[in-house]
Amino acid sequence: MNPTLDVKKLQVAYGGIKAIKGIDFHVDEGELVTLIGANGAGKSSTLRALSGLIKPAGGKVTYKGQDITGIPSHALVGLGIALCPEGRGVFARLNVHENLLMGAYARNDKAQILTEVDEIYTMIPRLKERTLQMAGTLSGGEQQMLAIGRAMLAQPKLLMLDEPSMGLAPLMVEKIFEIIRMIAKRGTTILLIEQNAQLALEHANRGYVLESGEITLTGDAKTLLADPRVKAAYLGG
Amino acid sequence: MDVLLQQIVNGLVVGSVYALVALGYTMVYGILQLINFAHGEIVMIGGLTSLFAAKGLLAMGAPPLLALLVAILAAMIACAVIGVLIERIAYRPLRNAPRLAPLITAIGVSILLQQLAILVFGRNYFSFPELISKAPIVFGHITVTLNEIVILLTSFGLMAALLWLVHNTKVGTAMRATAENQKVAGLMGIDINKIIAITFAIGSGLGAIAGVMVASNYGQAHYYMGFMLGLKAFTAAVMGGIGNLWGAMVGGLILGLVENVGLIFVRGDYKDIFAFVVLVLVLIFRPQGLIGERVAERA
Repeated sequence: MNPTLDVKKLQVAYGGIKAIKGIDFHVDEGELVTLIGANGAGKSSTLRALSGLIKPAGGKVTYKGQDITGIPSHALVGLGIALCPEGRGVFARLNVHENLLMGAYARNDKAQILTEVDEIYTMIPRLKERTLQMAGTLSGGEQQMLAIGRAMLAQPKLLMLDEPSMGLAPLMVEKIFEIIRMIAKRGTTILLIEQNAQLALEHANRGYVLESGEITLTGDAKTLLADPRVKAAYLGG
Repeated sequence: MDVLLQQIVNGLVVGSVYALVALGYTMVYGILQLINFAHGEIVMIGGLTSLFAAKGLLAMGAPPLLALLVAILAAMIACAVIGVLIERIAYRPLRNAPRLAPLITAIGVSILLQQLAILVFGRNYFSFPELISKAPIVFGHITVTLNEIVILLTSFGLMAALLWLVHNTKVGTAMRATAENQKVAGLMGIDINKIIAITFAIGSGLGAIAGVMVASNYGQAHYYMGFMLGLKAFTAAVMGGIGNLWGAMVGGLILGLVENVGLIFVRGDYKDIFAFVVLVLVLIFRPQGLIGERVAERA
């Protein structure tokens, strides 16, 4: 069977500078796979290339056997791929409810959408308290919750999360990961890009370590967590 | 006092038209950060198209009201198509260019549309048929015409409809989302090119109706009528806070009032000065416009 997401020899270049030098990785159905690495290792470039925000310089991306290399980002949602962007990207001048509805933009089953909005509110009660509040007035953690909830409303088969813990207080990071775990439990395949290697590996099935645009280590998340090289580089010894 | 009241009424009528045109500027600015200087010419094309459509229909023996409705529809369709074409041909290729490039292009499009109007309609001043009665109606000390009442009510109706559309429909919410962050809007599955085209179509449609209003109110239309009107509506949009729908409406009404109340004190020839004095004052003292941003970009 084809993996949900299969990336082969992906390259990304800005001008003449190669940010991603031909990486291979895959995510199987139902898996939570994490791509970890330091700042500037190329994590976000990889995700941008996968989600159509920039054109890859080379390589091939397939989703359930279908070639989606360089596909425009608005076409991804229809295929069942949702991206929760870096820096959250909530619509600050739309209220929480409208933000969630925008996640379901490509769908037309209004009654089902509203049921799922209610499910999100049950899963993340904080959002329910703030339904009519402008998203720009939420705290960073609440915005991240909203961004994840919004992505879920696209009914993704594959959810890609870009640095969900970025800039958040530790307590809030715990809550965000709790939500991610709940989503994974429901069977959604997840590709998690994270700087917080410890947390990411604790929650993931498998992991890839990205360094200067190349994948240097890969394997089972538990194994990586115990790997002395990962420990030395990312987990503070 | 009577004069003041009369000028307030006149100001509201003119101001409501400014507001409709200002909405076209502000919608496009809100979504593309582009000042579409060709928008005044869209209004002109609306005025001329409706004029010729109405004359033609009257000549065929159509009743005035039917002629008016069909003329408005023809103007709206013509302007919406031209607005969408301008975006597609002139602005979209420059979407990632430095901001000066589309601005200069917009001025070029404006001149192009004027010249096209000369080719199609000619250089003359054409008189607009009286489709709605312009006989004076006296309310106490104020005189209005049925035509003016219709202009005022239609403008307010259209503004309310636009606000409803933008705030209560899926496409309106997508317009606001696209205005705020095109990349993320794309990730939601919103086809931003489609949303931008819809924005141009709606703004141009409103401009077309404004063109019909101006042509019918002054009883004439000509290829140059969009220039000054466009500048004033742009002033109104800046005054209210460009990119903000409420700002454009409030700005338009205030500008109409200032101009007409100002006429009490100076001769009519100097009327246009008011608009630009207001623009300069706003730019000096409140560059973000009367209605500023309500929500911070980030928490």
